[in-house]
Amino acid sequence: MTRSSTDGSADLEAVTAVLPRIRIGGERRAPAAAAASPSVAAVPREVVFQARGVGVSYGEKRAIAGVDLDIPRNLVTAIIGPSGCGKSTFLRSLNRMNDTVPGFRLDGQVLYHGHDVYGPGVDRVEVRRRIGMVFQKPNPFPKSIYDNVAWAPRNLGLREGLDARVERALRGAALWDEVKDRLKDSALGLSGGQQQRLCIARAIAIEPDVLLLDEPASALDPIATLAIEELMHTLKQRYTIVIVTHNMQQAARVADRTAFFSLDVSGSDRVGTLVEYDTTEMIFTRPADTRTRDYVTGRFG
Amino acid sequence: MGVRPSDRAGDTLLRGLCATAAVAVIAVMVDIAYQVLHGSHQALSKFGLGFLVHTTWRPNFDVFGAGSFLYGTIVSSLMALLIATPLAIAIALYLSLMAPRGVRSIVGSLVEMLAAVPSVVIGFWGILVLSPFVRDHLEPWLHGAFGFIPLFGPPQTTGSSTFTAGLILTIMVIPIIASVSRDLFDTVPQELQDGAAALGATRWEIVRGVILPSTASGVAAAAFLGLGRALGEAIAVTQVIGAGTGIHASLFATGDTLASRVANEFAGATSTLHTAAIFYAAAILLVIGLSTNLFAQWIGRRFDPSRLVAR
Amino acid sequence: MSTTEVDFTAPLVATGNLRRRHRVSRAAEGLALGSSVAAVAVLGIIVAYVVVHGAGALSLDFLTKEPSPGGGPGGGIAPAIVGTGLLVGVATVIAMPIGVLVAVYLTEFAGPAAARPIRLALDLLNGLPSIVVGLFVFGLLVVGKHQSGFAAAFALSIIMLPLIARSTQEMLGLVPRQLREAADALGVSRWRTVLTVVLPSAAGGIVTGTVLAVARAAGETAPLIFTSSIFGNRVTLDLLGTPIPNIPVQIFTLSETPDPSGYERAWGAAFVLLSFILVANIGARALLTRSRKKMGR
Ligand SMILES: Nc1ncnc2c1ncn2[C@@H]1O[C@H](COP(=O)(O)OP(=O)(O)OP(=O)(O)O)[C@@H](O)[C@H]1O
Ligand SMILES: [Mg+2]
Repeated sequence: MTRSSTDGSADLEAVTAVLPRIRIGGERRAPAAAAASPSVAAVPREVVFQARGVGVSYGEKRAIAGVDLDIPRNLVTAIIGPSGCGKSTFLRSLNRMNDTVPGFRLDGQVLYHGHDVYGPGVDRVEVRRRIGMVFQKPNPFPKSIYDNVAWAPRNLGLREGLDARVERALRGAALWDEVKDRLKDSALGLSGGQQQRLCIARAIAIEPDVLLLDEPASALDPIATLAIEELMHTLKQRYTIVIVTHNMQQAARVADRTAFFSLDVSGSDRVGTLVEYDTTEMIFTRPADTRTRDYVTGRFG
Repeated sequence: MGVRPSDRAGDTLLRGLCATAAVAVIAVMVDIAYQVLHGSHQALSKFGLGFLVHTTWRPNFDVFGAGSFLYGTIVSSLMALLIATPLAIAIALYLSLMAPRGVRSIVGSLVEMLAAVPSVVIGFWGILVLSPFVRDHLEPWLHGAFGFIPLFGPPQTTGSSTFTAGLILTIMVIPIIASVSRDLFDTVPQELQDGAAALGATRWEIVRGVILPSTASGVAAAAFLGLGRALGEAIAVTQVIGAGTGIHASLFATGDTLASRVANEFAGATSTLHTAAIFYAAAILLVIGLSTNLFAQWIGRRFDPSRLVAR
Repeated sequence: MSTTEVDFTAPLVATGNLRRRHRVSRAAEGLALGSSVAAVAVLGIIVAYVVVHGAGALSLDFLTKEPSPGGGPGGGIAPAIVGTGLLVGVATVIAMPIGVLVAVYLTEFAGPAAARPIRLALDLLNGLPSIVVGLFVFGLLVVGKHQSGFAAAFALSIIMLPLIARSTQEMLGLVPRQLREAADALGVSRWRTVLTVVLPSAAGGIVTGTVLAVARAAGETAPLIFTSSIFGNRVTLDLLGTPIPNIPVQIFTLSETPDPSGYERAWGAAFVLLSFILVANIGARALLTRSRKKMGR
């Protein structure tokens, strides 16, 4: 394995390995103490995703290899790294969005609450119902604002109290006040930032477990970006969030944990690997790996 | 750098030739309209718009009305459109979204091959293969099951019927609608489909919720193109429809369409009025053909794939 | 407040209504697959009938002999084969230069205002029922005179013209802008650029479009029944004076007679016609894929 783990994440692994798996029902509550914790090892947390030696290839091209990573519940985990290092690839393999890409192959294991996401008998529609995703480019449906949000609940048969659900989702995405008077208007008339928040509203309307965000603010202006970042803080009360970002300040502002991916040159191939994973504070102040230090200080990538 | 005289002459010549060709195209189109209207002049002034509703067509008595042909045209084409559109959309969805790559190109080409089969061959096959089958199996069964609906009256002995014509037209328009729709479905951005998939939607929900609504006007345009083709098809229809006159409620009766009648009667035009009546029928066809075409373009233009993606 | 009661720690199998939604989706997918299979099957059935019955009629005599006198059994369709070749050949000679020139005009010279009516005319021409085209040529060239091979070829050329123009135009649109700019930068005049750079690099598309148009015209019957349907057994080169025998009308007239001995010859003729058309289509498509690839698409 090419992974150069820090002491911290090695400890986390050790801790989570001995933890009895905690059962949770519908009720969810954010454990309060952890966010401020200086070290991953300090407080054990429930783990939502465990990536075990995850490698992904597209046909002949190997995109990532040997990624081991545990993603804890109700935190914001950021994935940073230079372009092409496989951030999106990794994120999309968490909810099987890569399945339709021709030539996609995954080895290793992605465990979600202990279940292999790629195991036999897994229903990928169910996977995506539990693990929502927001993309880099806002992609609202060419429908009304209301219908964008109501579409997935309707599919799921959640017709009861639909209006309230739509409102809740739009409030949850901090968009309600801006659109409440024009719910029947086309979503394509919204600004880019509003569209992206609509996409978040659309995703949380069915109350998933996890939100995966792939550079959700990269196409937005600074003010819209700020709105999305503030949203992260409230959303993590309820959801486990994994966010890919190019923007290191953004990772520093919103994330509790940060994973740094980089391109490993092995022969003529450049393959994405996980270099370091720790609390955001550690990654940005005392990174263990020189590559991380070079990247976060802007000397590289 | 001076322009060589030979270059200037060459440019002018090429430009002139091209412009002449372009003008020729427009002239041909205009002349077609003129000739057809001009040819129908005598019948137009004699029968006026009554031609469209009168159903007697008696060349020997110089009495002409195209009502029943107009009816047959509309009924057979609508039938074809109603059957073909859903099937063609289903085929296009299969090709665009489901088919594995190798299958996709093969089946796609085969469907387009179906469009390349000449109408005279389809019609000939229709006479010898489809008509007897329809007469012996399909029509009796439909009559038995749905005979209470006047459309499904008692089958005739020949197998020639408006129904058979409708089926032949269905075969002919499916590939047209399917290939245009497939191209449309291919333009739906992957991001939209991913967005729907990420919300835990099934494949059908993605189709119904995202793909069909965003391509609806384009698919409607495709259907109109198909309709235009069905309305104007002469040969294959002539071969299987049975050249009947009069308006019958039953699809299983013989009938005729404008195009089919034009094709059928021309060799034996008995009088100048007869000739003019046939031109008149073709003029109706021309008007219907041009308007479906323009209408298809008009709705098609309202479909713009770039509108589907946010800025 | 209603919440979704999902136990996220449960195994990743369908919950809630998902099983039913999957059934609906599978049913829809089944219909899509079934429709495609049906369409291919219809093509297969038609081709199979033509091949099975047509092959029975096929022989060297059938391809090389004239029909037996009086239309009885035996004999061949050689005049119709040659005649169709001749008609389509003449139609191509008329349609191809005009089609290409129109396409060049649209892509190289015309501004948007000039291009619009031309595009419209091409689209309308393309959507015109071919029987109307036949009637038009009848009114223009046949009425008061007589049927002729030229009238038939002219009618076919009107069918071919928009097809050639459109595919040429598509291909010209793919010619990289840099190619033209490079020529301009070298001070090469427009007509030289068009003739030596633009048209050659679009040659694949022009040929493809023409082959497809030829395949289409070869099978057209409606434009011919007014213009070249009353023919004998002779193909003459007197195109202006006499109608020319041809396969589509031959099949049509044989199919309209109740005499079953004619059916066998009609199947045979259909076989010849369909083989030509399908081979031309496959060839054209292969060529198109190749020339698109060459232009980096
Ligand atoms: N659909 C695909 N087919 C083939 N290769 C792909 C595909 N998607 C990504 N790749 C390749 O996988 C590697 C990782 O790509 P990925 O998009 O995951 O990187 P990224 O870190 O998200 O980059 P960026 O920051 O630019 O978004 C790249 O080399 C890319 O070319
Ligand atoms: Mg990315």
